[in-house]
Amino acid sequence: MAEPTTFKNIRAPFRFRIEPRLSEPPAWYPALISFGAIIVALILGGILISFAGGDPFRSYQHIAKASFGDIGVLSDTIVKATPIILAALACSVAFRMKLWNIGAEGQFIMGAFGASAIVLAPVLPAETSRWIFIPVMMVAGMTAGAVWGFIPGFLKAKFNVNEIISTLMLNYVAVAWVNFWIFGVWTEGGFQMTPKFPDGAWLPRLLDYAKAFPIFRGLTTHLGLVIGIVAAIILWFIIFRSRWGYEIRLIGDNPNAARYAGINITRNTIWVMMLSGALAGLGGMSEVAGVVHRLQTAPVAAGYGFTGIIVAWLAKLNPLAIIFVSILFGALILAGREIQPSGVPKMIQGIILVCLIASDFLLRYRIILERVEE
Amino acid sequence: MTSHIPSTPSLSSKAPLVVEMRGIVKRFPGVLANDHVDFELLHGEIHGLLGENGAGKSTLMNVLAGLYRQEAGTIFVKGVPKVFSSPRDAIKSGIGMVHQHFMLVPSQTVTENILLGLDDPRLIMRLSDYDAKIAKLGERFGLKVDPRAKIWQLSVGEQQRVEILKMLYRGVDVLIMDEPTAVLAPREIEGLFETLRAMIAQGKSVIFISHKLQEVSAIADRVSVLRRGVATASGVPSKGVSRQELARLMVGRDVIFALDKKPSQPKDIVLEVAGIHAESDKGLPALRGISLNVRAGEIVGVAGVAGNGQSELSQVISGMRQCTQGQVLLNGDKISNRNTLFGIQHGMAYVPEDRTHVGSAPNLSVTDNVIMKNFRKPPISKNGLLDMKAATKLANELKLAYDIIVPSVSTPVRLLSGGNLQRVILARETSGLPAFMVAVQPTRGLDVGAIEGVHRLLLAQREAGAAVLLVSEELEELLSLCDRVYVIYEGKIMGEVMTGGEEPDEGAALSLSKGLVDTIGQMMTGTPLDQIQKEGVTAHG
Amino acid sequence: MDYTIILQAGIASGTVLLFATIGELFAERSGVMNLGVEGMMLIGAMSAFSTTIATGNPWLGVLVAMFFAGLISQIHAFIVITLQADQVVSGLSLTFLGAGISLVLGEGLSKAGTVSLLPNFSIPLLAQIPILGKIFFTNQSILVYVGYLLVPLSWYYINRTRPGLHLRAVGEYPSAADALGINVFRMRYFYVFVGGMLAGLAGATISLAVSPGWFSELTTGGQGWIAIGLVIFAQWDPIRAAIGAYAFGALRRLILDIQGPLVLFGFANPFYYNPYFGFFLQMLPYLFTVVVLVIGSREAMRKRIGAPAALGNPYVRGERGK
Repeated sequence: MAEPTTFKNIRAPFRFRIEPRLSEPPAWYPALISFGAIIVALILGGILISFAGGDPFRSYQHIAKASFGDIGVLSDTIVKATPIILAALACSVAFRMKLWNIGAEGQFIMGAFGASAIVLAPVLPAETSRWIFIPVMMVAGMTAGAVWGFIPGFLKAKFNVNEIISTLMLNYVAVAWVNFWIFGVWTEGGFQMTPKFPDGAWLPRLLDYAKAFPIFRGLTTHLGLVIGIVAAIILWFIIFRSRWGYEIRLIGDNPNAARYAGINITRNTIWVMMLSGALAGLGGMSEVAGVVHRLQTAPVAAGYGFTGIIVAWLAKLNPLAIIFVSILFGALILAGREIQPSGVPKMIQGIILVCLIASDFLLRYRIILERVEE
Repeated sequence: MTSHIPSTPSLSSKAPLVVEMRGIVKRFPGVLANDHVDFELLHGEIHGLLGENGAGKSTLMNVLAGLYRQEAGTIFVKGVPKVFSSPRDAIKSGIGMVHQHFMLVPSQTVTENILLGLDDPRLIMRLSDYDAKIAKLGERFGLKVDPRAKIWQLSVGEQQRVEILKMLYRGVDVLIMDEPTAVLAPREIEGLFETLRAMIAQGKSVIFISHKLQEVSAIADRVSVLRRGVATASGVPSKGVSRQELARLMVGRDVIFALDKKPSQPKDIVLEVAGIHAESDKGLPALRGISLNVRAGEIVGVAGVAGNGQSELSQVISGMRQCTQGQVLLNGDKISNRNTLFGIQHGMAYVPEDRTHVGSAPNLSVTDNVIMKNFRKPPISKNGLLDMKAATKLANELKLAYDIIVPSVSTPVRLLSGGNLQRVILARETSGLPAFMVAVQPTRGLDVGAIEGVHRLLLAQREAGAAVLLVSEELEELLSLCDRVYVIYEGKIMGEVMTGGEEPDEGAALSLSKGLVDTIGQMMTGTPLDQIQKEGVTAHG
Repeated sequence: MDYTIILQAGIASGTVLLFATIGELFAERSGVMNLGVEGMMLIGAMSAFSTTIATGNPWLGVLVAMFFAGLISQIHAFIVITLQADQVVSGLSLTFLGAGISLVLGEGLSKAGTVSLLPNFSIPLLAQIPILGKIFFTNQSILVYVGYLLVPLSWYYINRTRPGLHLRAVGEYPSAADALGINVFRMRYFYVFVGGMLAGLAGATISLAVSPGWFSELTTGGQGWIAIGLVIFAQWDPIRAAIGAYAFGALRRLILDIQGPLVLFGFANPFYYNPYFGFFLQMLPYLFTVVVLVIGSREAMRKRIGAPAALGNPYVRGERGK
C-alpha cells in the first residue's frame, strides 16, 4: 500500500498510520508475532467458550495439566503429536511450491490402508519378524500415500485442475474406500474394525522396554516419533541444502523465473505431490502400526491432515519447527477430548490459524502511532 | 548546480488560472516524492511537466487527480481550495487523468469502460443508447473508435483514445496526460498532438507529463521541470528556453550523451533467427516471419513501438515461448522450442523486461537469485547437494563487482530498489561470460546513474566479444549503443539500418542523424525500408 | 424406482448447492476467493436450526443463519482485503473456524425434537405440466422456488445492471475501477458478505428443508467444497452454476435411492444384495466433482478465458515502480 491509510481516532489525539516495511524485521520478530497471535487466539477462544457455557480458565488449565502434567501424559501428548508431525511435513513441502495439498487427510488414510493391507491381505504371514514387517509396511504406506498424491498432482500438471478441490474430494473418496474394506472385506466378526495386527506388525513402544527401564512402564510413545523426527531432518536437508529443494523453492516463489532457469514445473508438481502424499501416508502407517494396531476408520480419519495444515503454516513451513509445533497441537487434541463442549479444540485451531494469518500482516507493514496536530 | 527560473508574470495576467497547486508535499516510505512544489495551469494552455523517471511528476499529478492525498499543501481549482479524497472528487471538479498504464478492463467494451463508475444509468443498462452517445462524442473531438469493440481487440493508440474519451465524457476541463507518447509511434504522436490542440480549441486545458525533452518543447506552451521532487522551473514559456537549459534543469548537470564506444569489429554470427512465427498469449499471430542475426562483438537493436511483437520475439529467443514456425540458432545449435536450459548451457543470457515477475524471485535472497543459472553445477552444487558457503561467497563477490547496494546477500530481493534489482539480474546474467545476451527494456524505470551503469555494462559485453541484442523503446538509447538496428512492426521486420560510426555531440543528440530517426520512425509505423528508399524519403537533417 | 420422485428430491437437494455456488460466484467475481464456504454452511445450518427451535419461527431461523454466516465471512474479508493475506489459507482457516464454532454452539442440538419447517407447496398451473411439473413445481420447499428466481436475477444483475458492471470491473481490473472512483475494497467486502449470506442460506436449506436436523459436521457432507468446484465448472456464470448444482443434487438423491430396490434396470440390484458396495456409491459425487473440474479447466485453457483476472490477488493501490 503506497497510500497510507489513516484511521482517525476521534477521541484521542493520536493517529495510526500504516506503511510497508522497507527492510527485514529482526530475526526474532516472526517468532514473537506468532507467539502473540497464539495468545490472542487463546483469549478469543476463551471468550467463545464462556459464551457457550464453559469455563475458559478451567479449560486451559486442564489442557496444560492434561498434556504436560507428568511423564505419562507427556508421553500421550507425544503419541498424539507423532501423526501430526508427518502430516504437517507433508503439507509443508507441498505448500512450499504453492501446491495447496488439502488432501493430506486422504493420503494419510490411504497410507494406513496400504500398511494394513500388508497385514490383512495378507501379503506377509503373521509370524514375520518385525524387522521385515515394519519396513515393508512403511514402504507400503508411503507408496499408497504417494499414489493418492500423484492423482491430483497429475491433474494439476496436465489440466491445471485446482488442487485444493481435487485433493479435498479425494479425502472423501479415501474414507469411503477404506470403509469398504473395513466393513465389507476385513471385518472382525461384523464389528466396524479389522482384526488386531500380529505382534510383528506393531511399532515398538517405550513400554516394551519397561523391564530394563522401569520408568518406561505404561508409556505408549512409539517408534513413529523417531520416524517423524528423522523425516523432518531429511526434509530440511532436501529443502534447504539440495538442488531439488532449491528448485521447489524457486517454483513456489516465482514460476516464471523457475521456467527461465530451465526448471520443469510439470515434473516437479507431480514429484512434490507424490512426496507430500508419501509423507502423509507414512503418518497413516505410523498411526495404524503404532497406536491402533488395526484398521479402523475413526482413529485414522481423525483430522490429522487438517491439523497438519495449520501446524505447517504456524511453523512457517520449516520442518524442524514443525516438530515442536506438532507437540503443542498434540497437547491441544489430547486434552481437548475431555473438554466440554467437544468442538472446542477444532474451534481453537481455527482461531489460531486466523490470528496467525492476520499477524503476518505485521511482518510486511509497520504501524506508526503519531500525534495529530490540529 | 541547480538553477531555478521563476514563473513569468506576463502570461498569467491574460489567461485565468484554472489550477493552482501550492506547497505540495508528498511522502512515500523512504522517499520524499514532492518537496513543497508549486504548480500553475492557465486556461487554454498545454503545460508540459518535465522530469526524468522518479522525479515526482506523476506523483504530483496523481495528487491533483485525487489518487493520492498530499501531506501538506493546497490545491485550488478556479481559485477555490479543494480537497480530493478520491479520483471521483477530482473529476467532479473537472480534472481528469489519462494514465501511462491504461486503466481499462480488457474484457469489456469501450462503452462499458466509459460508463464505469458513473451514477447514470441508475440501474438497468441499455448499452445501445450509450453506444450512440459515445460515438458522437468521439466525432466531436476527432477520436474515432467503435464503442462496441472490446478493449483487448483495440490497438494501443485506440485504447488511448478510449481513455481520453472517458475523461471527456465526464466533462472534465483539465486533462492530465501521463507519458502519453510512450506507447505511440512517431506518426501517432502527431495525431495525438492534433487531438490535444482540438481540445484546447474547445476550451479545455492540458497538462502533459513527459521525460522526453523534444516532445514537450514541441507541444507545450509553458513548461515546468521537476528534479528529485523539487520544482526547478515553473511555467516557463517553452519558446524562451533552450533544450540544453531544460536538460540541465532536469538532471542537474550537463547531460552527457557521448558514450565511450569503440568502432565495432563484429566477427561470426552468433545468433541466427530464421523465419520465426509465433502467437501471443491471446492466440493471435504476434510474429510473422522474423529473421535477423547478431554477430560476436556487436550490439544489435530492435526498435519499435510497444506491442508490435518485441516481447514475443525476446521470449522465443530466450526459450520462454514456443514458435510455430522457423528456428533460432545459437552458434549453429537450435535453441528454439527447447527447454531454456539448453540455451543457458550454451551461453545465453536474458535480461527480461519484467524484473519482478520474470527476472527474479522476490522472496528469495540475493544469493538464491544469483545462482539461478548455475546452481546445477559445482562449485554451487555437488551430487545434488547445494554448497551454501560457495553460493554466499559468489554472491558477495558479485555484490562488490556490480556495486549492488544491499545490507547483506541474504536479504530478500523484493526489498531492493529497481536499480539494484537490475544490477542483481545483470550480475547473474553477465558474470558467466555469456556468448549471447538479449536485454529487453533494461533501463526502464531507472534513474540516470543506473541507466549509465547498464549502458556501460552492455558495452563491456560487446568489448568482450559477446553478441548483444537490445530490445528497447527508447530510440536515443538504441542509437547511442547499437551498431545496427532492426525495426519491428506488427510482427515483421520493416528493415535494418546501420547506426555505428556517428558520434553524437553534447546537447545535440536529439537532432542526431535526423534522417536516421525519420527513417526509423517511418518503419515503426509500418513502412518497409525498401519502400522508404524507393520514395527517396531519407530527409536531410 | 420412480425417477420423477428422485429428480424432485434432487432439485431440492440441488438448491442447497445452488445457493452456495452462486454465493461463492459473486465473491469470486469481485476478485476474492472464499474457501470457507463449508464452514459458513455449517454455521448457517446450525444457527437456522437452533433459532427455529428456540423461537419456533423458521423464517427467523433463515434470517439469523444468513446474517451470522455473512458476519463470520467478514473475518475472511478483513484478512484478505485489508490485511492482504493469502486468500487460500485464510479461506481454509475460515472453514475450521466455522466448523468449530458451529460445533461448539450447536452442542446438544441434535437431540432436539422435531422443529417447525419452512412451508412446502406446489405452484398451481405449472404443477400440471407433465413430468416437468411434477419435478419442479410440485410440493417443493419455498426455498426451492427462491432458488429458481435467484438464477435469472443473478444473471441479469451481473450482466445487465450498473452495479453488475462495477462488480465485473472490480474482479477483472480493479485499478480501472479504483481510478474511476469505485471503492474496490468496499465492493469486495460487500460481495464476500453476499457469498457468506448465501452459504448460510444454503446451510439453512439443509437443516430446515432438505434434511431437517443438526448432525454436526455430517450435516453438509462436503457440499461446500463441491460448490467451489462448481463455480469453476460454471465458468462464473449463474446459469451454468444452476445446471451443475441441480445435476449434482439429482446425483446425490440417486445414490441414496439406488440401493433400495431389488431390481435395477432389469438386473438384480448389486447394491441391494451387497450393501457394502454402497461405499463406492458414496464416492461418486466427489469423483464427479473432480471430473467436472477437469472439464471446466480444460475448457478454460482452450478458450483462454476463465477466472476473473484479479481473482486471488489483493488489490494494492499505486505500486511504487518496479
